[in-house]
Amino acid sequence: LWRVGIRKFNARNFRGTANRARVSVHRIAFVLNGTRVEREVGPERLLVDLLRDDLGVTGTKVGCSVGVCGACSVLVDGKLMTGCLLPALFVDGKSVTTVEGLAKPDGDLSPLQDAFIRHGGFQCGICTSGQLIAARALLDENPKPSTDEIKEWMMGNLCRCTGYTGIINSIRAAAGEAVE
Amino acid sequence: VRTFEYKPASSVDEAVALLKEHGDDAEMIAGGTSLVLMMKQGLVQPGVVVGLQGVKGLDQIRLSKDGSLEIGALATHRAVETSPVVKRFAPALAETFSRVATVRIRNQGTIGGNLAHADPAQDPPPMLLALDAQVEIASDGATRTVPLDGFFVDFFETALGEQELLRAVRVPALPAGARVAYTKFLPRTEDDYATVSVAALLALDEDRRVREVRIGLGALGTTPLRARAVEGALRGQKITPELIRDAADLVRDEVDPLDDVRGSAAYKREMAVVWTRRTLESLARGGA
Repeated sequence: LWRVGIRKFNARNFRGTANRARVSVHRIAFVLNGTRVEREVGPERLLVDLLRDDLGVTGTKVGCSVGVCGACSVLVDGKLMTGCLLPALFVDGKSVTTVEGLAKPDGDLSPLQDAFIRHGGFQCGICTSGQLIAARALLDENPKPSTDEIKEWMMGNLCRCTGYTGIINSIRAAAGEAVE
Repeated sequence: VRTFEYKPASSVDEAVALLKEHGDDAEMIAGGTSLVLMMKQGLVQPGVVVGLQGVKGLDQIRLSKDGSLEIGALATHRAVETSPVVKRFAPALAETFSRVATVRIRNQGTIGGNLAHADPAQDPPPMLLALDAQVEIASDGATRTVPLDGFFVDFFETALGEQELLRAVRVPALPAGARVAYTKFLPRTEDDYATVSVAALLALDEDRRVREVRIGLGALGTTPLRARAVEGALRGQKITPELIRDAADLVRDEVDPLDDVRGSAAYKREMAVVWTRRTLESLARGGA
């Protein structure tokens, strides 16, 4: 039946290809980590690609690229979003925070980043920027989360090294808990 | 993602006009979690995408004078999940939205997009079926209301016409004394799609006869569906463990699940019986 579904979608595609030449370009302006950015983007440009390829801000990673792993987590107007499923033009007029925006302007790490270092919140590091961004969003909304609340919130950020204990401990520490 | 022309709409009328202009070459985008994914996979390749983000007022959640709950199509899953209005209306409805994917996806995906996407394994549809929800559909100069029960037509297909837009979801006031629960069976991971999901509403009268019962099922066919035979066996009867067991057994022949990585069709059929029974038992005990 999944095959039937695919055929159905394909039938629609063929009907949709007649006007393929039409393309729109959009001028967008947004604030990236405190700095105003203006760019022209095609509608198919995804935020994570705009950040990495056009703006050279590569802290945000591409993992699964289907919205599951959380490596591309970004904050849009403070809300946790999925960079690989978000058209770049959707951030027009908004404020975007990536991992590069977490440290203080003088380069000092934020308490959250510091906690990840002190409590072993990463192993290979590929998921870390997403983990930090997701954790930032959690603590902004819920400054004293329980361990269960941390697990519930962070389940959209996968760590293939399975370093979850360290990640959870880091967030607990950043929230002011005494962690061994 | 193959490129396309993006046309933002600032009102429902404008969106409908754009759909009319571009016919079946057009798709609509709200949060983008489903459409962008399907475009990435090449499952849909629209020439024109009509943007709904700028349509004002379509994300409202409010209680109407008749006691029904109205949720605008652009309300995100997270907005429904955290809405005090929804929590007061039916805590289980807010809880169901909290079970969708992860908070990162819930911040982006909308209720309208969820329903129009018509994924048979999604969480909100079975719950909204159990709550007897309706959808308001806007088209050229007109609005029609369709029961959600008739909205899901086939695998990823709805009753929406090419030039129609899902504008809002309306949930009628719950019957007096109704209890509602959602059960999502997740044998693999917490953020997975359900292997089987069951939403149920049960209202008993003083001598524990079933005054009203509605059961919505997810991941058990090409569309989300109602368990009519189970409901029929319960309605008007005095609730007992035996009645629940016998009624839940009827779900086996009401469903037509697909074999996939979450289980064989035969397994899901049995799990449908188990989770229908357990959901009803918890409601009959006074849970949820």
